[in-house]
Amino acid sequence: MTFEPVAIETDVLVVGAGAAGMYAAIEASRGGARVFLVDRSLIGRGGATVMAQMTVAAALGEEVPDAPRHHYDDTIAAGRGLCDETLAQLLCEDAPACIRELDAWGVGWARKDNHITATTAPGHDRARCVYVDFINTGPAVSKTLRTVMARNKDIRKASDICVIDLVAGSDGEIAGAVGWHVGSGAPVTIAAKATVLATGGLTRLYRRNSASLNMGGDGYALALRAGASLIDMEFVQFFPIGHLAPRLVGMDPIMWDPFRYKLGGRLLNGRMEEFTSRYGSDEDGKYVLPRDLATYAIFKEVEAGRGSPHGGAYLSFEHCSAAALRAAFGPVIDRLAANAIDLTRMPVEVAPIAHYHMGGVVADAQMRTELPGLFAAGEVVGGTSGANRLSGNAITEAVVFGRRAGRSAAAHAKTIARKDLRAAGLRAALDLVGDGNGAAPDLNTAAMIVRLQAIMADEVGPFRTAAKLDRALAGIALLADELGERPPRFAGGKDAGFDLQRLEWFDLRNMLVVARAVTQSALARTESRGAHQREDFSQMLPDWRRHQRVRLAGGVLQLSGAPAEALSS
Amino acid sequence: MSTFATLKIRRGGHGEPARWETFEVPFEPGQSVLDGLRWLRVNKDPTLAMRFSCINANACKECMIQLDGETVYACTARLEPREMTLTPLPNKTLIRDLVTEIAPPSERFK
Repeated sequence: MTFEPVAIETDVLVVGAGAAGMYAAIEASRGGARVFLVDRSLIGRGGATVMAQMTVAAALGEEVPDAPRHHYDDTIAAGRGLCDETLAQLLCEDAPACIRELDAWGVGWARKDNHITATTAPGHDRARCVYVDFINTGPAVSKTLRTVMARNKDIRKASDICVIDLVAGSDGEIAGAVGWHVGSGAPVTIAAKATVLATGGLTRLYRRNSASLNMGGDGYALALRAGASLIDMEFVQFFPIGHLAPRLVGMDPIMWDPFRYKLGGRLLNGRMEEFTSRYGSDEDGKYVLPRDLATYAIFKEVEAGRGSPHGGAYLSFEHCSAAALRAAFGPVIDRLAANAIDLTRMPVEVAPIAHYHMGGVVADAQMRTELPGLFAAGEVVGGTSGANRLSGNAITEAVVFGRRAGRSAAAHAKTIARKDLRAAGLRAALDLVGDGNGAAPDLNTAAMIVRLQAIMADEVGPFRTAAKLDRALAGIALLADELGERPPRFAGGKDAGFDLQRLEWFDLRNMLVVARAVTQSALARTESRGAHQREDFSQMLPDWRRHQRVRLAGGVLQLSGAPAEALSS
Repeated sequence: MSTFATLKIRRGGHGEPARWETFEVPFEPGQSVLDGLRWLRVNKDPTLAMRFSCINANACKECMIQLDGETVYACTARLEPREMTLTPLPNKTLIRDLVTEIAPPSERFK
């Protein structure tokens, strides 16, 4: 079946409607731009933000004296010498203003004595992490930004838009994008004077992960195919205490983090022994262990045959009274009871789970990418967190970078009279998204995604070797051959609405190139640093205090290394 | 006790006549209806259309369907070792199979 493409024209196109994209849309409209905000899923509901149950770091200094430079020092220390200092500085300096703006918009930060209260997340030198009770931070941020947008007629929103490629204009600048409306199957062209990528990270590449279905690295793939560089792609953060067992429905698998902030808790191996001191950090009932060390400690215990029954570690709050648990988590305790979990009587099992991606699109402090007309915001931006992200910096990064990207994109749009999508790039993208001569819809795309997730989890997890990474590259190549160059025809024949298989074909097209970028970068980095641990190169080496960049040229990923910028004083 | 859940699913696109299809999926205590539907797509029929995003967290509210005539989130409704009837939301415009138009009007593409 064939469609006439729907043509949209706007000042600023924002791709991705989590906190970064929504904040960018709001800020761009404040800068005088008309905005078109699209999401592959539903607006404000499909990204990582809505699942972030934890905290947001910002040096507000309301309870204890604090300043952005202290937040910056902790961010840099967590990054194992590899943070982009310019981006880290922007993150910490702009964080308080964004947190206060969200407060004014009614997000409902937890308060004590009439001021915003903060908790101390691991890696922070003082209480700096704000939150919304009860473990409702991300949903509250999302809802607040949606509400602010609802009052704004200059922001046009569209759910269920799958963007497949960025397109350059006649002057060579990024001039918009081509996609399709999943709800109807119709191709869509979007001409934009500025485009903001706010598509989040890549955790969907892994079997067990803590983010939404649509975090398959779309923005990385869009940027690569448009000619931009990615940085630090080997650094995938694993959250050490993702829920493993017993089966728990209706809760985010990283929900144990806020429990640990408030109540401490004890991490135990399969023999009910505390074990983290063997790996260089004694917890002593407090939650101080950095993420990369905790992940390492749990993996090593499991490897030594001392894991919990499902292959992780136990997390115990049995020392807490029912009253203390209720006071700290209110209705969440009832949701646990519905899953037959009584924390006063039993430990739960936890294990590392793919959580966040430090790498991403190269951007400067104005959130400009290397490509004129293209901006980036949020997790899709690479470099800020170096080799390991500090707890609490993800939502901070979404709102700070989103605000900055929206401002920059609006300013850029003002300098441009009108954008036309260049014919050649437009034709190629429309040809792909149309239903011309695609294969019969007999690929099991759902099973292919499961296979890719298994490869990435088993061979490109937190502990890597050259042999594992080579196997991964071979497996990824096989999947790419199966996928082919063209999407399948619509399975429903005349009915092109919500063809999930076809959507997954476009997802896999992105996921496979991003998986290759991660794996090749990991293979080339012959040292261990932060979230990237090579069992065959176990030392952190001074010479490797360098960023690696990836570009796509003629269908081939090209890797290069660049020295880290000198630490600013 | 049966080790299977039987999912009877109302299928079809907008404006098409509805058809019923029945699938057996493996059952383990504690699983959600969404677990069963995802197993079904991977192992039996990837053409089944459904909305889901956060998978497990009751956060995105995208997987709203009807189970035996009651509106539920598939990610929190428990899978059970019996016949379970799954239908799209009756008060929303049908797009395909279990997918309906659930975005608020101001957040839809039009």
